[in-house]
Amino acid sequence: MLDVAIPLASNLGAARSQMAFTLGFHIILASMGVAFPAIMLIANYIGLRKNDPDALLLARRWSKVVAVTFAVGAVTGTVLSFEFGLLWPEFTGRYGEVFGVLFAIEGIFFFLEAIFVAIYIFGWKRLSPWAHFWCGVPIAITGLGGAFSVVAVNSWMNQPQGYTIQNGQVTDVDPFKVIFNPAVPYEVPHMILAAYLVTGFLVASVYAVGMLRGRRDRYHRLGMLIPLTLACIVTPIQFMVGDTAARSIADHQPIKFAAMECVQKTSTDVTEYIYGRCTSDGVKGGIGIPGFDSFLVGWSTDTQVTGLDTVPPDDRPPANTMLHWAFDTMVGICTMLIALGAWLGLQWWRKRDIPQTPWFLRAVAISGVSAIVALECGWIVTEVGRQPWIVYEEMRTADAVTNASGIWVTFTLILLLYTLLGGATIVTLRVMARRWRGVEVEDDGDEPYGPRDERPPAALAEGSG
Amino acid sequence: MSSADAVAGVLWVGVTFYAVFGGADFGAGFWSLVAGEGERGRRARELIDWVIGPVWEANHVWLIFVLVVLWTAFSEAFGSIFSTLFIPLSLAALGIVLRGSGFAFQHTARRIRGRNLAQRLFGLSSLLTPFFLGTVVGAVASGRVPVGNAKGDAVTSWLNACSLLIGALFVATSAYLAAVFLVSDARRAGAADLETYFERRAFIAGAVAGVIAIAGLIVLHEDAHYVYDGLVHEGLPFVILSVVCGIGVMVLLRRRAPRGARPLAVGAVVAVIWGWGVAQFPYLLPTELKISDAAAPSATLTSVLIVFGVAVLLVLPALALLYTLAQRSMIEETDAPIPRTPEPT
Repeated sequence: MLDVAIPLASNLGAARSQMAFTLGFHIILASMGVAFPAIMLIANYIGLRKNDPDALLLARRWSKVVAVTFAVGAVTGTVLSFEFGLLWPEFTGRYGEVFGVLFAIEGIFFFLEAIFVAIYIFGWKRLSPWAHFWCGVPIAITGLGGAFSVVAVNSWMNQPQGYTIQNGQVTDVDPFKVIFNPAVPYEVPHMILAAYLVTGFLVASVYAVGMLRGRRDRYHRLGMLIPLTLACIVTPIQFMVGDTAARSIADHQPIKFAAMECVQKTSTDVTEYIYGRCTSDGVKGGIGIPGFDSFLVGWSTDTQVTGLDTVPPDDRPPANTMLHWAFDTMVGICTMLIALGAWLGLQWWRKRDIPQTPWFLRAVAISGVSAIVALECGWIVTEVGRQPWIVYEEMRTADAVTNASGIWVTFTLILLLYTLLGGATIVTLRVMARRWRGVEVEDDGDEPYGPRDERPPAALAEGSG
Repeated sequence: MSSADAVAGVLWVGVTFYAVFGGADFGAGFWSLVAGEGERGRRARELIDWVIGPVWEANHVWLIFVLVVLWTAFSEAFGSIFSTLFIPLSLAALGIVLRGSGFAFQHTARRIRGRNLAQRLFGLSSLLTPFFLGTVVGAVASGRVPVGNAKGDAVTSWLNACSLLIGALFVATSAYLAAVFLVSDARRAGAADLETYFERRAFIAGAVAGVIAIAGLIVLHEDAHYVYDGLVHEGLPFVILSVVCGIGVMVLLRRRAPRGARPLAVGAVVAVIWGWGVAQFPYLLPTELKISDAAAPSATLTSVLIVFGVAVLLVLPALALLYTLAQRSMIEETDAPIPRTPEPT
């Protein structure tokens, strides 16, 4: 299916593959970077407020996970900023002066985030408890700001505005219109909620696996409940935001929407297909709900939906079936996660407890990976759906790519390197978990705000020396 | 001064910060690489990890800052540099991945073998990354990057005497800065043996950097007339200042007064960078693309200046907090080496 999406032999194919892979990798770490600190701070707050050693221990250990994922996310993010020039010099060379301001703003957020991440994760031993907590709060806030800035750039690529161009040169820029482009109101919240949803289910799933293996202590319950509650609150909101986004896309980028839903010909009373294979004569297979697609777009089966036939084949996104399946999979997973949340909510309302069946824990255990799949699907929908444009209806991706040769080499290297990096990250986190399980009494000064190191702070040594 | 020149100044401030903080960070990795096995090497690495653990990520955000300002304010220059110098910049990006992950995993790896591998990757990429970035600077300074999408030679643009020498200069300068910093840090940790250890290395690295710089001037004279002329005319005060600072560091190290050595070493590096900036002015790509010709529309430039102003107000105090906490040992990832007096020789 991939070879339909990306003509493999060309520079463009190589550049798109590399961009898709590095972004698809980074988006998981970026999501954790946005949401994990908030989850960690909730545990920290509960720990301090209610004097709860389990919550504090969770916060402390989560901060170590944040340290690892933040470090990996920082380097994969740096690679992306290189790729703006390495892969797409024509795009950045022309439009950098338009969208660049957003990255400059993002730079401030990222800088502050890096600083406070360092202070928080390395400050457990010697900072006072509440001072330490407050040093963590900026991480969660800057994470939101950074996500806004980066996603706003992607929104701008979907709905470019705020500049004039003459003879291929940008002559005037209105930064306000660039920052608050029409796609921002739905794309930005959709991504931020996705970050919370993915991270919440992912962290919860780790503790659900632990509970399935018999570790049913309070520490594990709390470790599952804090992120799971957050994720279950976020999921229905995400569904509504996503629904709004889809309707806005039908309005702003009708061809993208037509490709997502495999609508070949413009008409009213359009059938909504769940899965199925997209062909030029319509959808083969799949479950069809007559009139429902029109209804979803405009609350009435009489709503006209634009079809792919309104633009020449060169202006249509590639890999229709993949796009359609990605969209359906994302919506399907989100629906199932809402059901999971309802299950938890109902049981909690009736019995003040989590559902006492292994099936619930099994569902939570697979929710993390499912959420990541949904995240990647959503990203495929927005990126492949925008093709063949890099800047919607302004610049083709084919015209943005570098003339440098050797992208296949760098792509191969990155593929190898990132596979190792991903493997090392997972192994590292597992090793950390195993070490934590094995230790009854924390031995490496792991105890939060515990008695200070018996060795005097080296600063004192300096003063006396 | 036009707003384009002001933004170029902002860009140069970013370059300066990256050279000092990022450079010292790369240099620390270099010393970790060459510290060798054995007890002394282990202690040296312990000091390095303790010092850069909490600050290494913040140190490298300056690179992002430089890239973003370059592509926002001078998009055309950015596109030209990144397409012609695809190879060294790709290698630098790979180096950054290896370095970051090597550092992150060296403490978490379970087995000694994994730990050693991570450590070695960290050290090696600390050497290679600044080298490749240096070749990029050499290519720009010697006018080998024409305007356009991959218009320059993909290989000879950065594989030439000038680029290679500047690459080597970057490595030597990083090692020099790091060694001078580590002398103070060793003192802070009360590890007198490591103080001596890094004093000696700072001395050697300083001398090597000086020799490479002189060789570089000779090559620039042959190869990069525009920048050479600038360095011996408008940029001369900076060059002299750098030499004076460099000699000052040597004297202070000999007198065992590391406190003053640190600002002087920074001064030596900063002076060279601004000397280069002045020499290259008003060109971004000598003698192809002027700052004024590459500059973005005024609203974009104004936005960059505003964002920079906000950054000064928000980021600098936060950075100061980070470095202060780190210097007072309030935040640490790993433990400092155990205090020790120098071994009798």
